[in-house]
Amino acid sequence: MRVRFWGTRGSIPVALTTADVRDKLAQALFQASGRTFKNYEEAHAFASSELDFSLTHTFGGHTPCVELEYPGDDYYVCDMGSGARPFGVHVLAKQARRPATINIFMSHVHWDHIMGFPFLGPAYVPGTTIRIHGCHDVIEHAFRLQQSPPCFPVTFEQLGAKIEFVRLEPDKPYAINGITVTPHLQLHGGDSYGYRFEHEGKAVVYTTDSEHKLENRTEAEAFANFFRNADVVIFDAMYALAEAISVKADWGHSSNIVGVELCQMARAKHLVLFHHEPANNDATLEGLLKEARRFEELTRGDHALKVSAAYDGMEIDL
Amino acid sequence: MNVTSRRYANAVVVHAAGRLDQDTCEAFRGDLLKHVDEAAHNGGAIVLDLSALEYVSSAGLRCFMLASRQAKAQHGRIFVAALQPMVSEIFQISHFNLVFQVFPTVREAVDAVSPEASTAFEKA
Repeated sequence: MRVRFWGTRGSIPVALTTADVRDKLAQALFQASGRTFKNYEEAHAFASSELDFSLTHTFGGHTPCVELEYPGDDYYVCDMGSGARPFGVHVLAKQARRPATINIFMSHVHWDHIMGFPFLGPAYVPGTTIRIHGCHDVIEHAFRLQQSPPCFPVTFEQLGAKIEFVRLEPDKPYAINGITVTPHLQLHGGDSYGYRFEHEGKAVVYTTDSEHKLENRTEAEAFANFFRNADVVIFDAMYALAEAISVKADWGHSSNIVGVELCQMARAKHLVLFHHEPANNDATLEGLLKEARRFEELTRGDHALKVSAAYDGMEIDL
Repeated sequence: MNVTSRRYANAVVVHAAGRLDQDTCEAFRGDLLKHVDEAAHNGGAIVLDLSALEYVSSAGLRCFMLASRQAKAQHGRIFVAALQPMVSEIFQISHFNLVFQVFPTVREAVDAVSPEASTAFEKA
């Protein structure tokens, strides 16, 4: 299977500014001072191997949308943030006019998690089937509301796809085309739900918009059990720890450090930092990743945890 | 986890030894907040002597944050001193070095509290 990140930013989409691009370019040129490159390939090799990720890439700016690609024709995707637009383009290109079936799993219906749906191309294609799964009772209302006048020119009723809403119950495993999907309640304003996807011995946990106060062992162990032995944990690491438990306490988000601790408790294999703070630039996000990796090294027992930071376009093969 | 305290004029030095994690933080938090409360009522400050703290988890750091919040609300002060290399790095990684004033030694932290505390520490 493959995990593909279409949107990794939290709260609101962001884009690189001209100043950001100029700054990256200036820093890259400075670091290349004195070197000569015979051709594009040499320059590319230098950029790929010697410059920081934050100079040569960007973590991207779409809000949450993560695709889980499993064998078969159906699509599986978590959340409909603005990353749903490029996801939809991908589906249309891959389908080549054949109608698609898309299974969506909603963490919650805050705006950054639904804003991409009106721009999901396949929703306009007759014959497409879209099943929107979630534990909240307001999901259909929220999807219809954001496409109601005067906010959007195309109403929900005008969409060409057949759209179904599937209500799930927390902590109950569901078998969907051979994939076991288990939702889990999380601490967030209006509640949010994480999802554990299991298929042929591989487990992926999508857990965003989730605050972990870790005031007692019971609370921590409940999440560690949800993450237990997961191959990938896509984790809300919006803030540094000091920020998450001071000025932004009770904002419903977590930190890179707590992500490492919970994954260590759960003996998960790969932690992916996700739902990046929109105020953080690429260098800051890379710094948070390096800090999480160092924390993992410092606190590692007999179990090594891989730590990555999600970026738009990132793919993980399992 | 072992917690002891000693007063030097208006400075209370709280010495924490061992591992501060999910299993030990609740008792530590109770002790620390009591000291913060007493120090604030006496117009003093807390110096957290972490020279014997081997490890601090996010749950432990949260205790420090709660103590800091309570101290601010009561117009009190908290200083942190004498971090071991690992705990010092965890402070930096978690950005707690931006929240707390960290001193290399207990002596320097006590000096920052007041001249009276400094003198009392000198005599002790």
